[in-house]
Amino acid sequence: MTPIRVIEDGASADFEFEAFAESLESLFIECGKAVFIAISELRLIESKIPVEFNLNADSLEDLLFGFLSELIYLKDTKKMLFSKFIVEISGNYSLYCKAIGEPIDRDKHQPKIDVKAATYHKLKIEINDSGYYRVRVILDL
Amino acid sequence: MEKKRIDEFTWEIPPSAKAGMKVPARLIASEDILKNLDEGVIEQITNVACLPGIRKYAVCIPDGHRGYGFPIGGVAAFGLNDGVISPGGIGFDINCGVRLIRTNLTEDELKPKLKELIDTLFRLVPSGVGSTGFVKLTDKEFDNLMIEGVSWCYRNGYAWESDIDFTEQRGQIPGAKPQAVSAKARERGFDQIGTLGSGNHYLEIQKTSFDDECDKKTAEMMGIERENQITVMVHCGSRGFGHQIGTDYLQSFGQAMKRYGIHTNDRELACAPFDSPEGQAYYGAMACAANAAFANRQVITHRIREAFSRVFHKKPEDLEMRLIYDVAHNIAKIESHDTGKGYEKVIVHRKGATRAFGPGSPDLPEMYRAIGQPVLVGGSMQTGSYLLVGTKKSGEITFGSTLHGAGRTMSRAAAMKRIQGAALRSQMESQGILVRTASLKGLAEEAGFAYKNVEQVVNAVHKLGISLKVARFIPLANIKG
Repeated sequence: MTPIRVIEDGASADFEFEAFAESLESLFIECGKAVFIAISELRLIESKIPVEFNLNADSLEDLLFGFLSELIYLKDTKKMLFSKFIVEISGNYSLYCKAIGEPIDRDKHQPKIDVKAATYHKLKIEINDSGYYRVRVILDL
Repeated sequence: MEKKRIDEFTWEIPPSAKAGMKVPARLIASEDILKNLDEGVIEQITNVACLPGIRKYAVCIPDGHRGYGFPIGGVAAFGLNDGVISPGGIGFDINCGVRLIRTNLTEDELKPKLKELIDTLFRLVPSGVGSTGFVKLTDKEFDNLMIEGVSWCYRNGYAWESDIDFTEQRGQIPGAKPQAVSAKARERGFDQIGTLGSGNHYLEIQKTSFDDECDKKTAEMMGIERENQITVMVHCGSRGFGHQIGTDYLQSFGQAMKRYGIHTNDRELACAPFDSPEGQAYYGAMACAANAAFANRQVITHRIREAFSRVFHKKPEDLEMRLIYDVAHNIAKIESHDTGKGYEKVIVHRKGATRAFGPGSPDLPEMYRAIGQPVLVGGSMQTGSYLLVGTKKSGEITFGSTLHGAGRTMSRAAAMKRIQGAALRSQMESQGILVRTASLKGLAEEAGFAYKNVEQVVNAVHKLGISLKVARFIPLANIKG
């Protein structure tokens, strides 16, 4: 199963994808990668500088929205792109993340578009019969 | 869903169509547009009709397409005491909008200098991912900019006095509360004033043209005197500052809805009572982002004037580079409208819709009061844009609103599969349109074929009479963010 499937849906101006993973942590990591796939290509972004953060939320969906929003905020304020993520999820929807990337270099990363925000549109984390986690996410471009 | 035809361009979905609808939903569309309308738009506009305190009906304008929460092209008015404010009815890019600057140059005068001009503009107006502007702000000055908008630019030498008059709401939404803006939003926004952004944002040098239905007399009163006159159009918004404010309040309104017992059909419609501490905090923060967006387009205007001045060795005043108008198309505003039981003050949400006030409105600058408000409609970078004028009819049927652009017909990924950026640039250059872009891949996503025919949607609002055609603009050079 491909971990990320980009959805080309009709006339959407946004970036819609579906992520699959065996664990919640891996699901979040795939979603994090998708933010930077929308902007550039992961193979062009070297994982050199780590940035760490912690989050708490009231539900898994809120935690994922918060996680993606934090990565978008770090992209704008640290002027960095990320390609590698270490994620730990514990207790009542608490998350630790170490995102590793490098400063934006237009020649190297050839960014095609910016990501403005994560959205809650149809955001629902599901687990299928084989125990795989699945989520569909829309990023506002 | 059942649709009742009201007139040639108006279709109504009754409240009986969906549980929870408090008012009907109306679609403004020609038969052709309606036939191709995404079912998602109908789902979304009927969800809007379920929100507390909504008045009269939820409306979708002819360029409507599926967004999240509200459809793009969605307009709804809510009572100030019993209604709500919803970030999903405004969009993340708060006060994304368009402005149009006139010049006294003709195409013949411009042509020999066009390449030098677009290269100068590309240097002076940063665009693309990670770009920063030249305006350096302290915390205090950033507060002042959020409160004052275009007036802040005037005080700091980035605006002509007349620019204030020719910006919607004089470039300053009242009620801005910098204390309602998070530290994160400040951090994202403080160095982005004067930048274009990316995606469908652009700066375009254009020439004027008129078709048979254009009103040349109104055009002249607005500053468009002849064919092939050079104008500049800018499309951008509040950048990361507004995006973060949208994100912050979408998160916190989840809790507010629980507190106030509000349920919505879509989490993107998260809202709070307008007259509540949460609703007022969002309104105050949204006003900050809206004013920052007005200031952003104004600082870009300052750079445009500087670029023309350098290239043509004339003062911008001598090139008569007056702002024709600046409109917001992602915003919520307190306005007075006939809600079916007489006039009342309401909070009107316009998401991908433009205010289009008709003649006589006291909100218009004196120069336009007799003719109505200029409305700016951006098409694709290959097909051109329109200047329209607002009408009294828009006040009667769409809460004083009209369309904002063409709307996409193709996803970005599909557009990129169909053409490469370099090939599109060559194609546009052979059409006589110079292109500068921060990203060739991003350019391909904005190809003309990925958008609806702007003429078709403009003709629909013209025939319906919620705004009327004044002039058309043909692209000569485009900076794509």
